[in-house]
Amino acid sequence: MRDVAIIGVGIQKWGELWEKSFRDIFVEAALNALDDAKIDKLDSMYIGCMSSGLFVGQEHVASVMADYLGQRHLAATRVESACASGGLALRCGLIEIASGMSDLVLAGGVEKMTDVSGDGATYALATAADQEYECYHGATFPGLYALMARAHMKKYGTTRDQLASVAVKNHDNGSLNPNAQYPFKVTLEGVKNSVMIAEPLRILDCSPITDGAAALILCPYERAREFTDKPVIKVTGSGHATDSIALHDRTSLTTLDGVKVAGQRALKMAGRKLDDIDLVEVHDCFTIAEIIVSESLGFFKPGQGGAACEAGETRIDGKIPINPSGGLKSKGHPVGATGIAQVVEIVHQLRGEAGKRQVKNARIGMAQNMGGSGGSSVVHIMEVE
Amino acid sequence: MNPARYAREIPHRYRLEAAKCKKCGAVFFPHRLICLKCGHRQFETIKISEHGKLETFTVIHTPASDFKDQSPFALGICKFPEGVRITAQIVDIDLEKVRIGMKLQVEFRRIQTDGHAGILSYGYKFVPVI
Repeated sequence: MRDVAIIGVGIQKWGELWEKSFRDIFVEAALNALDDAKIDKLDSMYIGCMSSGLFVGQEHVASVMADYLGQRHLAATRVESACASGGLALRCGLIEIASGMSDLVLAGGVEKMTDVSGDGATYALATAADQEYECYHGATFPGLYALMARAHMKKYGTTRDQLASVAVKNHDNGSLNPNAQYPFKVTLEGVKNSVMIAEPLRILDCSPITDGAAALILCPYERAREFTDKPVIKVTGSGHATDSIALHDRTSLTTLDGVKVAGQRALKMAGRKLDDIDLVEVHDCFTIAEIIVSESLGFFKPGQGGAACEAGETRIDGKIPINPSGGLKSKGHPVGATGIAQVVEIVHQLRGEAGKRQVKNARIGMAQNMGGSGGSSVVHIMEVE
Repeated sequence: MNPARYAREIPHRYRLEAAKCKKCGAVFFPHRLICLKCGHRQFETIKISEHGKLETFTVIHTPASDFKDQSPFALGICKFPEGVRITAQIVDIDLEKVRIGMKLQVEFRRIQTDGHAGILSYGYKFVPVI
């Protein structure tokens, strides 16, 4: 198996990009990545995209995007695993290069979510839950994470303030990220008094609806120096796992076992321990998600994730910085693009290009991407040479 | 809601039918074709008990469009003696009085009306034990 490097990253300013089309959003990020890697031809491409059929009525994404990227006839593949589509696209590209099948692969992700109404977006996102045994009874995504939040609060005493502290911390970080959809700070009181969505989660506990894309250029590690004079980032670990689609079928309502297994697999492949990780981007689709993920990955004991965030341990200058980019919460959550954008942030951090949100001495970074209420998860570990 | 799609779930939704593995005894709701625990492929049909214990709940204020007329409503996950958990609405109770750990009973109710001319959808909801 060949080692794989990331030699280019591309993203854009995320938000409600009304003037830009689905295809333009993706191609813009992809061109930024090609320019960053200083290449113009690809061997293949993987595009993470959750639900373009419901968001813009367009399936067959591979054909559209390869052509509009100026790479007609390119071997392109759309990858779908709900909100983990991006992370999975990276894993597919990684496997293709590691196998020796291709040398230059673009792994990207895209979602155009604001061409439908809020109801339309809620419906599209809910297709990542169990249609017959959750959604049929009125479950929504905030609702499912609210069920986890209540169970976590009951079992461990996690508090309303601790949930809010995740949003405050991520908006603090996001205020330093020029590409973030909501690059402003929020206060504890502001979060706790925002509109109720699904008790105990309020609107500022939820990641937003976002248009956006992100892209990575991968190549065999031994060829990286042919293309870039920037620090070469090696992808040393990749872990992928699924779990039951319905939250109620999980072993525990307060742990995400798919995340735990994917994290262990990534660490094993990289030959690393959690203590080696300098920073992590996690899938904070809701404030409770960041808390449970940080516990399931093993950074904190079960029940300690909320207290750790409240105590500042996960800030940029904390013991283990979590979501220096601002996370899904502040940066935005174009579902198919999120897993790729997390890795874009890790690359910026490991290259020392993260500006005001730079984590000091960042050498090894982890990115954790998750689909649905935890029915799939992909974890990657990146290291700078 | 497509009638065939609706009809094929009726045994689960109307009668709480579950599948019990003939080898290891694990119970699954809805049914499966292969046992998650032991890999066996033969099951007997059993009925889930009517009383369960509430493990967690939420009150949804921003529902999907089909549930707007019912908002706000409580949604919970109950665990049943057979070992399965089920997600459903909690009704006939003051929303302030819903508590984790409370005993709830399954009742057959209307879930939603599918648009102006669509079929009515029925199934189970949780109600307080009388």
